[in-house]
Amino acid sequence: MSYLYAAYIATWVIHIAYLGSLVSRYSRLRREIEELKNR
Amino acid sequence: MKRAFPILAIATVIFLGYATYQALVVAPTERTMGDVQRIFYYHVSSAWTAGLLFFINFVASIVYLARRSQKVDALALASAEVGVVFCTIVLVTGPIWARPVWGIWWTWDMRLTLTLVLWLIYVSYLLLRRFSSSGQTPVMAAVLAIFGTLDMPLVYFSIWFFRTQHPQPVMGNGGSIDPRMLHAFFVNLIAFTCFGLLVCWARYRLEVLRQEVEEMQALESLLEVRSSR
Repeated sequence: MSYLYAAYIATWVIHIAYLGSLVSRYSRLRREIEELKNR
Repeated sequence: MKRAFPILAIATVIFLGYATYQALVVAPTERTMGDVQRIFYYHVSSAWTAGLLFFINFVASIVYLARRSQKVDALALASAEVGVVFCTIVLVTGPIWARPVWGIWWTWDMRLTLTLVLWLIYVSYLLLRRFSSSGQTPVMAAVLAIFGTLDMPLVYFSIWFFRTQHPQPVMGNGGSIDPRMLHAFFVNLIAFTCFGLLVCWARYRLEVLRQEVEEMQALESLLEVRSSR
């Protein structure tokens, strides 16, 4: 069973890490847009 | 389309939860491998989604070379990046499944090796896009993607062309499968496909936004140069 859980946990850890990187890139772009608008 | 995104995201999360329930609870335990066989529902669904995303990358790369559209280039990049994520899951869940069943984590079997080569090709594609500063980067990346796609049929047919450790598919190959397993498999396949396409869509929107910011920055520096003269 531990192998089964390891595979399922690994899958979601990879997905969540990737989604987290997308969110951080999105907020960085939003900040850049705000800075450009304020100039 | 922007309003549809949160609704589709919630629907996909619910569907993924249902798919996991089908895989872990409803599908019967396989007789020889036991519970570890349930990795199959995630492993195969991830492999299918990676293949679909790499195919989208292939089509987008051809269209980009023909039309040089920035939005098509954004789609090519998005599909390759999300495809690499799903391919990584295939390469991680495969050895976790192999260890208790084959007694080894990895073997240089044709299917496994070609899948690793496919992953390396698309990682190179992403590295090229990340670190090359040439104006021709999207063109070079598109050409690399088109040649990289040639590995996909090799990955798929390798289990028939070569004697491999990796098993041949049970379905459509003279074998039979419990209907509850088949149902769990298709539910997971559809759920992972929806999830993969949704994440690809999000990544595409992010890339289009990045292109817009880059254009705004270029315009701003142009205006600065003009005003300084």
